[in-house]
Amino acid sequence: MADLTSAPVPPLGPDDHVRGEGDLLIVYADLACAHCAGAWAEIAARPARVVFRHFPVASKHPRAPALHAAAEAAGQQGRFFAMVDSLYADRGHVDDPHLWDRAERLGLDLERFEADRRSEAVAARVQRDFKAGIRAGVATTPALFPTAGGDGERAG
Amino acid sequence: MIAVGENAPDFTLRDQDGEEVSLSSFRGRRLLLVFYPFDFSPVCSDQLSLYQEVKPEIEAKGVTLVGVSVDSPYAHREFQAKLGVDTTLLSDFEPKGEVARAYGSYLDGPGMANRTLVLVDEEGKVAWTYASPNPGEFPGANVIFDALA
Repeated sequence: MADLTSAPVPPLGPDDHVRGEGDLLIVYADLACAHCAGAWAEIAARPARVVFRHFPVASKHPRAPALHAAAEAAGQQGRFFAMVDSLYADRGHVDDPHLWDRAERLGLDLERFEADRRSEAVAARVQRDFKAGIRAGVATTPALFPTAGGDGERAG
Repeated sequence: MIAVGENAPDFTLRDQDGEEVSLSSFRGRRLLLVFYPFDFSPVCSDQLSLYQEVKPEIEAKGVTLVGVSVDSPYAHREFQAKLGVDTTLLSDFEPKGEVARAYGSYLDGPGMANRTLVLVDEEGKVAWTYASPNPGEFPGANVIFDALA
């Protein structure tokens, strides 16, 4: 069974989703969360290296697992943040046909996207972030962990 | 807050379906009481939704999770449905907040329970408590797993 006791925010890893330049800013967010959507444009515009970590709260947002899997699958074709931006910009179209439309607009190979977003590996990747977030004490989203030195430790 | 090592005060309250639930019915199992201010307040919603996500892991440690607030069973039932949670919610409604008072969790001014966690052991004794610094904050689930470790 997974250990969910307290632990520091994991440092930047090789398969983290990172965008931008500047000090590291680790963000735990839920792709189906209205607060996250509202904050995302401002977070994305910061002069920072933004690290996106998955924190889907499925009981509150039933579509969250599907959206996180879609973003992760888009990431396997190099379009992770494009999918995140798309999902936060338009929260009204999140059913499967809408996800296919989005994938096509982003130029993804649709067959591969479909296979990837339903794969065990993608689900495990999302859960890994979620469990690390739980251990780091993430309670509400978005949860921001700015780091001055870029070592991924919690700085305030 | 009630002190660790004390006998957990017994209670009988109605759940979201109107069924009576007593502390003594949990004897032999560990029980985590989650006192919270009100159904439908934004912070409570987040708290119970978050705990729902790790409920299997909590239960795997032999612990039953139960929410308690001063709301009525009818409100609890709707609140459960809204959150998509199946955690039992107990109604500390009449006399209002009596159980929260017995556990030292009641806030007289606002007339609600503070956001507190109480772990009751298999023998019915208080094994661990946590009180939020203010009702607007709630502890992450890691705090629960630290207590159960």
